[in-house]
Parts: sequence; structure tokens; C-alpha cells
Amino acid sequence: MITVWATILAVALANAAIKATGPILLGNRDLPPKAKAVTALLASALLAALVVTETLGGEGRFALDARLVGLTVASLVLLLRAPVLVVVALAVVATALTRACFG
Amino acid sequence: MVVSGEKRRSEYGTERGHDDEKGYLAGARAAAPFALATAMLGVSFGVLARSLGWGIAAPIAFSLVAFSGSAQFAVVAVFGAGGGAPAAIMAAVLLNTRFLAMGLAVAPSLKGGRLRRAVEAQAVVDSSWALASRGGGQFDRARMIGATVPQYVAWVVGTVVGVLVGDVVGDVERLGLDALFPTFFLVLLVEQLRNDDRRTAMVALLAALLALLLMPFTPPGVPVIAACVTALLGLSNLGRRP
Repeated sequence: MITVWATILAVALANAAIKATGPILLGNRDLPPKAKAVTALLASALLAALVVTETLGGEGRFALDARLVGLTVASLVLLLRAPVLVVVALAVVATALTRACFG
Repeated sequence: MVVSGEKRRSEYGTERGHDDEKGYLAGARAAAPFALATAMLGVSFGVLARSLGWGIAAPIAFSLVAFSGSAQFAVVAVFGAGGGAPAAIMAAVLLNTRFLAMGLAVAPSLKGGRLRRAVEAQAVVDSSWALASRGGGQFDRARMIGATVPQYVAWVVGTVVGVLVGDVVGDVERLGLDALFPTFFLVLLVEQLRNDDRRTAMVALLAALLALLLMPFTPPGVPVIAACVTALLGLSNLGRRP
């Protein structure tokens, strides 16, 4: 149990330090224009990578499963400009149905 | 002169206050669906940690002080597979290194001195950070904080429920709920793509490909950090709208 508590503390401290690094380095200064041109694209890069890793990640490093069907359905209804809640509901239902049918 | 200056400043102050308040509320509202999903994930984290013999206090404390689904699940997975503390901490740090880039990006949009900004930056989580992104490297600080608060509460309450009551949601995977987060991220990505230029789409495509290529060969966390490199395309003129 000591190991668990020590790990909890270490992860919490590391997490806080990682998040604090940027603001501590920069203070109230702005990013230089070149850096800003990079961070402006960071959201798309991160979100695209997170879509991939959250869809295909698993206990092994890589898993093709029902989530892929859910995300495909979500992409299609997004193209039709459906409201967010509809997109999310259909993705969840498609994923659950695929699992129920193919285990 | 002084009086009118004071007056103007205080009026400006209240206006800012109102704007902030609106931002907090808008953020909280925008994060509501994320909070729901976070609560369910919190429940499954509680159940999982309890099943490893962590007792009641440790899983709840973990959620209170770390507030990081990916890192906490990674720690549980490493311990569950018989790994030790160093491996668990490494996995968690690797997963959360992306917050370094996100913290740098958001830093200029935060308020106050170094210390206050460092505290405000604790509100950085994927969904809130993306919801607060205004394009062009600008972030809405109030919206980000407003979006994080309900998710934090949901994560902690979910963990408590999971630890005390057990699995009330049923099997997250059986219900298809594991598709929630990738779908949310896809929705946020599509919003980014609708607002921005062609270069944004190119970066997203390259980032997705890079993550996909690296996933089978690298530990979790590495593909996402590596994909950040594609944002360096911002330094080029490729695909920039004239």
C-alpha cells in the first residue's frame, strides 16, 4: 500500500509540474510569433492524434474493434452537420450494437 | 482626471468580470456532455482500483490530486499486470507530456503572475483546452476553467461511486461508452477544421497518420506527443491562405 500511495503522490506532482512548466517559463510574456504560428496548429494535431489513439488504443497497443464502427458512423453524420448529441448518441449505439452482434 | 480614470478602470473591471462569468458558464455548459462521460469513466476507475485491493481512500485520493483519466488508468494497468511503481509513474508521465505543449500554448492567455498562471494551468485537460481554443493560438481562459470544473467534480464523484457502490453503469464497453471520448474529440476537430485554413486540415491528417503508424511500436502517450511535431508546419508557407 505504501507503494500505491507513493505512486499516487509522484504522479500528482509530475502532472502538476508538467502543466505548470509553460506558464512558469513564459510568465506574462507572449509567445514569439513563430511559436504562436506553431501553437495555433497544435489543437488540430492533438485532436487528430487523440481521435486515432482513443479509437484504436487498448490493452494491447493496437486494437481494431467496434469503436471503429462507432467513429465511422460519427464521421458520416458529422458530414451531414447533425447536432453534437445526435452524433455522440449514434456513435455509442453503433459501437454497442456492433459488440452485441460480433462479440 | 484621476476620478474619471478610476471610474473608467472600475467600469472596465466589472465588464471584464461579467465577461469572465459568462465565459465560466459557457465553458461549463459546453463541457456538460464530457462531464457525463467523465463520471462514467470515474466509476470504472473506482471499480478497477478497488478490485486491485487499493481500498477506499487511495483511489479517491488519486482522482482528487491527479485528475487525469489516462494517467490513472495507466497506473492501474501497470500495477494490474504486475509492474512496479517506476514503470507505472513512467507510463503516467509519458501519457501526460502532451500537457507541456498545451500549457505553453495556453500560457499567454492566462491571468496574473507566474504562480497564478501555473495554478490556472492546472485546469488544462484535453477537452477543456480544445473547447477554449479560439484559433490562431488564442485561448479563452474563463471558458477553459469553466469547462474543467464540472469534469473534475464528475471524475471525483464517479470514482467515489465506483469505489463504494461498484459498477453501477454496467460494462462501459458493452454499452459502447468507450466510443464517447474519441467521438467528442472528432467533433472538436471538425469544429477546428470548419473554422481554419487548409493547412489545419493538412496538419490534422499528418498527425493522425503519424499516430497511427507509431501506435503499434511505441508505449501509449508517445504517438500523441510525436503527432504534435506536425504543428511545426505552422513555420512553413504550405497551404497558407493568401
